[in-house]
Amino acid sequence: MLELLWLIPALPAAGFVLLVLLDRRLGRAGAAWIGAGSVGLSALVALLVCGSFITSPPAGDAYHQVLWTWMDVAGFAPAIGLYLDAVSVTWVLVITFVGFLIHLYSTEHMEHDEGFTRFFMYLNLFVASMLVLVLADNLLLLYLGWEGVGLCSYLLISFWHTDPQNVYSGRKAFIVTRVGDTALIAGLFLLFTQLHTLEIQPMLAAAEESWASGSAVAVAAALLILGGAVGKSAQVPLQTWLPDAMAGPSPVSALIHAATMVTAGVYLIARTSVIFELAPDARLVVAIVGTVTLLIAGFSALVQHDLKRALAYSTISQIGYMFLALGVSGWEAGVFHFMTHAFFKALLFLGAGVIIEALADEHDIFKMGGLRRELPAVFWTFTIGAAALAALPFVTDGFYSKDLIIATSLGTVDGNVWFYVGSLVGAFVTALYAFRLVWLVFFGERRTAVTRRPRWRQMVPLWLLAVLSVVSGFVWMPAWVSGFHPLEDFLDTALPPIEWTGQYAHFAESAGAALLIIVVVYAGIGISYLVWMPWRRGTHAFAASPAIRPLAAFWLGGWGFDWLYERVFVLPVKWFARVARNDLVDYVVGGIAWLTSAGWGALSAGQTGRLRAYVAVAGFGIVLVLAVVVLR
Amino acid sequence: MILLWYILIPAVAAPVAWLLGRQNPVLARWTALLGTAAPLALVAGQWIANADALRAPFAPAGPGPAGLVAGSWIADVKAEWIDSLGISFFLAADGLTLIMLLLTFALGLLAVLASWRGITERVGVFHLMVLWTVAGLAGVFLSLDLFLFYFFFEMMLIPMYFLIAVWGHERRVYSAIKFFIFTQVSGLLMLIAIVALVFIHGRATGVYTFDFTQLLGTRMGSTTAMLLMLGFFAAFAVKLPAWPLHTWLPDAHTDAPTAGSVLLAGVLIKIGAYGMIRFMVPLFPDAARDFRVWALILGVVGIIYGAIMAYAQTDMKRLVAYTSVSHMGFVLLGIFAWNTLALQGVILQLVCHALSTGALFILVGGLQDRIHTRDMDKMGGLWQVAPRMGGTAMFFAMASLGLPGLGNFVAEFLILVGVWQVSPWAAVLGAVGLVFATVYALWMMQRAFQGEETHGLSFVDLTKREIGMFAGMIAALVLLGFWPQPLITTARQTVEGVQVMTSGSTLNRGPDLGGTGDPAEATQAAGAAAAPNGETVAADGGAP
Amino acid sequence: MAAVSLDHALVLAAILFAIGFAGLLTRRNLIVVLACIEIMLNAAGLAFVAAGARWGQADGQVMFLFVLAMAAAEVAVGLAIAIRFRQSVKSLDIDDADKMRG
Repeated sequence: MLELLWLIPALPAAGFVLLVLLDRRLGRAGAAWIGAGSVGLSALVALLVCGSFITSPPAGDAYHQVLWTWMDVAGFAPAIGLYLDAVSVTWVLVITFVGFLIHLYSTEHMEHDEGFTRFFMYLNLFVASMLVLVLADNLLLLYLGWEGVGLCSYLLISFWHTDPQNVYSGRKAFIVTRVGDTALIAGLFLLFTQLHTLEIQPMLAAAEESWASGSAVAVAAALLILGGAVGKSAQVPLQTWLPDAMAGPSPVSALIHAATMVTAGVYLIARTSVIFELAPDARLVVAIVGTVTLLIAGFSALVQHDLKRALAYSTISQIGYMFLALGVSGWEAGVFHFMTHAFFKALLFLGAGVIIEALADEHDIFKMGGLRRELPAVFWTFTIGAAALAALPFVTDGFYSKDLIIATSLGTVDGNVWFYVGSLVGAFVTALYAFRLVWLVFFGERRTAVTRRPRWRQMVPLWLLAVLSVVSGFVWMPAWVSGFHPLEDFLDTALPPIEWTGQYAHFAESAGAALLIIVVVYAGIGISYLVWMPWRRGTHAFAASPAIRPLAAFWLGGWGFDWLYERVFVLPVKWFARVARNDLVDYVVGGIAWLTSAGWGALSAGQTGRLRAYVAVAGFGIVLVLAVVVLR
Repeated sequence: MILLWYILIPAVAAPVAWLLGRQNPVLARWTALLGTAAPLALVAGQWIANADALRAPFAPAGPGPAGLVAGSWIADVKAEWIDSLGISFFLAADGLTLIMLLLTFALGLLAVLASWRGITERVGVFHLMVLWTVAGLAGVFLSLDLFLFYFFFEMMLIPMYFLIAVWGHERRVYSAIKFFIFTQVSGLLMLIAIVALVFIHGRATGVYTFDFTQLLGTRMGSTTAMLLMLGFFAAFAVKLPAWPLHTWLPDAHTDAPTAGSVLLAGVLIKIGAYGMIRFMVPLFPDAARDFRVWALILGVVGIIYGAIMAYAQTDMKRLVAYTSVSHMGFVLLGIFAWNTLALQGVILQLVCHALSTGALFILVGGLQDRIHTRDMDKMGGLWQVAPRMGGTAMFFAMASLGLPGLGNFVAEFLILVGVWQVSPWAAVLGAVGLVFATVYALWMMQRAFQGEETHGLSFVDLTKREIGMFAGMIAALVLLGFWPQPLITTARQTVEGVQVMTSGSTLNRGPDLGGTGDPAEATQAAGAAAAPNGETVAADGGAP
Repeated sequence: MAAVSLDHALVLAAILFAIGFAGLLTRRNLIVVLACIEIMLNAAGLAFVAAGARWGQADGQVMFLFVLAMAAAEVAVGLAIAIRFRQSVKSLDIDDADKMRG
């Protein structure tokens, strides 16, 4: 069964090639069948392969499949090879299943769009690239997938390319992530130079063998990898592209900018956890990045008007949680939160897509309201998603994963009180903004008429994801609830287990700590009810008051990062480009030409054609020469 | 003898095309097609026939430098020419030559195809010029006699000058003269260096010869070597072009007809890289070592400056021209890193850049034929009008910014990983150049193809002929992206050979640019003598 | 009688030469210009003869004969040019002959 592994990325890739070749010869139905069908088949194969992997694990708990040697230059011989272990199994299952559901959803969501075939073309290419990313056995192939998803992200954000604003957003996403990729590729150079291979497992083994813990080279390598990760996963300081990326169609936001691509950074760090284990300083940076990001983005999410932008900031914030987990050596907690987040955030985005479609492309949550009666199914599924996002205790998957991360932020050796408090504040803010959306969109009076209702191809994915958002948390229960944690056992085969050895480990693991989280979450939900339901008018007045408005605007604009980058990076380059447009060097070349020409002009002006002038000059010259010779 | 045909076929087809063109332009086109397709088929045949010989590890074919040079040959022709001056008609081919010849004839073919509709005046003479350029290029890549090399190097300028000056666009005469003066002056510097080298060699040994295999390893003082190397460097840096000697290129590329741009960007500027690898560094390894820091600086500046300049342009063709400056910066970095990884990357980059930039020039040319402008301010939203064209442009824009999965990425990665061994900072700055590449490539796409179509343009999408050309180039780039091994294997003997030639010098030894003496660099230094598969090659073949 | 010294002869030659040169610079009539050139040539000839006499060498006189022959040839050519010039430009003013200006 495992030999079919290569089919998982190959099927969507084949779908992409078919769509490109047939293009306009396919009708919408044909494109939908190829587009969604290839991913569906891929999901089936993934189920078979991963099922076989889980039930009868291969030797070493990993399966390695080399397809061909990519290149072979002076001992540098990366392969086109796939590597399946517990981490990649988690990602592959999420990508193919959520991917398939989103493809199915898109067949209805995009049904009247002009670029229907093109949409599925890009989407298939994305799924194939993402699968290559998580299955690659070497970092160069991973980088191929990494850039491939970046390309698809660009193409899909600017999918409606007749609007320059969309294209701008796509370009911004591509360029900002590429800044991070520069760090990653420098990391690849460093790793290859030091360890003589880019094949991940041998490379990690070599690193463990030859690098001392805390050595400068390990920290440098880890930080360079982190640079790539913060770009792709939209973490501080490269988070600015993700809110703008919401210009793309909603299924794209769900698949790429919530469930899969933006977690590639989490995957990368988990995959190279050995290097981060050797670099405590880099781990600290990861945890700080995570904490800062989850707070900054959380507060920004609190004040957004655009439904999708609010969700985008919430995605940044939740990935901040994952980074925090990775930074405090809670590798498995990060992976767990990736999985649960993929389900509930995809659900929220798909729900948002239905709402926006139903209200004739209305994004502003203050123009929504009262949709509870108009779209009851969407209301229920969206609320389940929001509850999972807010980590509503016991019945949602978000609770289990977020609880684990908050606990590890205190309980492991790398954890400390600052991270703990930060993550608790983050949980409170998350509950606030998650239910703010529910109250504003579904309750109160109706402000915009509903013009369209979803059919089964949109509702089936919503309900399936809602179910997953509830049950997927049960695979890893905290110790004080039950001893049921198959996911932890499974991930232990590939990642270092969480070690509860920190100063406050005892408290962090206890029911008391969990109770604290539960209180925080309920407080958040309760306060958000009060603020945005009965006291809604007061809230508006408060937000509009002169003392608060600048702060709200500051949060709304994403803490001024865009403003800063525009001035520090964009404008200088633009200025230089404008000044040097005609090529400064060419002025030098032109200057030489001008000098020659000017010299010619000066000399030819002396050629008056007057014989007497020539004679005078000649006589003067002779006198001069004689004077010099005689008087010397 | 087959080597002679590579030059003779296009050279003889040229007057035939001209004569036939006086009767019927279509006959001229077909003659030109045949005159490039036939040698292309011959090269491909020779390549396949010698596949086994190329796969073998490098081994010197005899004692001394001559044996080293001959170690990678698969064919050679030598005849007396001007015996009294030690000038011979000396052609030889190895893996690198085969690759360059494939490129020359393939792009020659594309240049003919791309001009099928665009050129309507003096069709016969046009194809005469194209074929003579191709013949000259083939001669450059085949010559191992420095005089013969210089002869072809200069000869091919003349038909190219006329291509630009007669069939070019707005400022064609200015651009043609600029191109001619730049190359001519720098070529003269190389001629001086060649003659000086011959005399230094002659004084020392009593043998006055222009034969590269005999001149290799000539001993001279370090100042002399540096001056002579700079003579060669001037010629090749102008061709490449390296910053700040690049300013002829945007003008020449912009004003040349499509066929001229394709040949210029695809093959002509590659002579710079080829000459450095084949002649300059092996002749003056120590001088090249001393010059390394400066060359790396020029390369990095070229990468970033070229990319920003590309971003600043409104003329689409000029934008594409500046991307060449940026990409050739990588080539300069790779050559002066001088290790197997970087050199293989350079050779791949030559091929991939020729394909991707050639395709962009053909695309812009096609666009200009349709809407009669290259000004991107007058475009916008063309994707709506011509979606196939938009998709094709997107593909080649991605190739230009080094997207993994396409050949350009493999090339740039190999170059940068090789450069990292010598100077990590140069590698990092080169990688930053890729960010700027993203900026200009996406900006070009947005201004020309995305956005709303507001200028009321409407024209036919890609024709069958164009789709055929682009499909071939796309397939080649994707193939090279996932399986570059055939090219790497073909160039391997050359790459190892030139490193063995310089292995006696300090060029291959450890870096002095911020690197540490870690084992990888030792591996690289030894890489000159060790085949990738670990087989050790006799490196005692009398390195200079 | 005190012999005419070389210095006297040379001063006379210099004065003659200066007169000729001044004429060359100031006069525009082609014929006069030719005459001025003659004066300058003869000044040089005088210097030759005087120098030959001073050192008792025949070379000075030989050179003078050369100068004489050359002056004759020059006048022949010069007058021919003057006639052609007069025919084409309808003037003898040498300042009108500036067609070769840059």
